[in-house]
Amino acid sequence: MNERVLAIYPHPDDETIGKAGTLINHVKNGDEVTLICATMGQMGRKMGKPFFANRETLTAIRKKELLDACEAIGIRDVRMWMMQDKTLQFREKSFLADKVQAVMDEVKPTLVYSYYPEYGVHPDHDALSDATILAINRLPRKERPVFLGSVISREGQDELGAPDIINDVSHVVHEKIKALQAHRSQTEHWLVAVTDPSISVQERKELLEKQSQEQFWIYRHKNI
Amino acid sequence: MRPIEKEKIQEKIDSFAKKEVFIHMETSTGSYIGVQNPDNIPACAYIRNEIIQFTEGKIVENEAWYSVGLKIKNGWIYVEGLTDWEMYDKDTLLLGGHDTEGNLKIGLQLSHRPFVCGE
Ligand SMILES: [Zn+2]
Repeated sequence: MNERVLAIYPHPDDETIGKAGTLINHVKNGDEVTLICATMGQMGRKMGKPFFANRETLTAIRKKELLDACEAIGIRDVRMWMMQDKTLQFREKSFLADKVQAVMDEVKPTLVYSYYPEYGVHPDHDALSDATILAINRLPRKERPVFLGSVISREGQDELGAPDIINDVSHVVHEKIKALQAHRSQTEHWLVAVTDPSISVQERKELLEKQSQEQFWIYRHKNI
Repeated sequence: MRPIEKEKIQEKIDSFAKKEVFIHMETSTGSYIGVQNPDNIPACAYIRNEIIQFTEGKIVENEAWYSVGLKIKNGWIYVEGLTDWEMYDKDTLLLGGHDTEGNLKIGLQLSHRPFVCGE
């Protein structure tokens, strides 16, 4: 049976870093994939290295980068909410949950990808994942999608233990690299290792190996 | 953006004086600064689209960077660490301070029209 996948993230590049390989696999399997990108990451401090964006051009640049990355991944259904970067934590949790719920009602996901609540480090990550859990918990138990969370904080890794899912995405790693390269303003400074001839074969191999593994933790719903 | 040109910027600052103008100011360490070392607490702030009016404004060269002070009715606006500038959309003044990685660490922008802002 095919999955219906809903990926819910606040910033362009969240869908790619640590997740693009997994999402590429879903697309290849014929699963329906929908992406919510809540903000445009328009207040990010990375402007490219060397910088080519400024505060005012960053919105359009990151929007284009997101669409290019989605094309590389194969995501056709992208919902851009155009909210203001870094402000999700100040919104009512129920307001964000309502927005998530509206999309869930429509796509009826069997799998939801987001950051793992409380362990996403960035306040936007945690605000949106928290609201997503609230939206999921509004559903009757048997209709709830499986929530696959990404953990950034060390604390999260310590408390949750080993990931529940480790995906080997080595067979699609070059497609993943294309998605990463699409987010040029955010990734070029470390991705040069893929193309720079002065980088050793060993270093490049290590980078590709690192990108070949993606890990997720299944959210354990509290009894509500 | 390109390296600060003090005289040109001073002219632009003067052109915004004694008028109601939109200001954008920001500074950021990045939200991920604590991931490697939890003792590092982020320090980030921005204000976007406040309307201000200043009577006098000046750009000053410090060491490898520049500072701007704007005298407003009830106080001062102060920004230190500027390295680059650009006129955007003809008459919007963008001033920024970048670190060696190209990250925007500090910014001051003045415009006659509101800056585009997310919801
Ligand atoms: Zn993010």
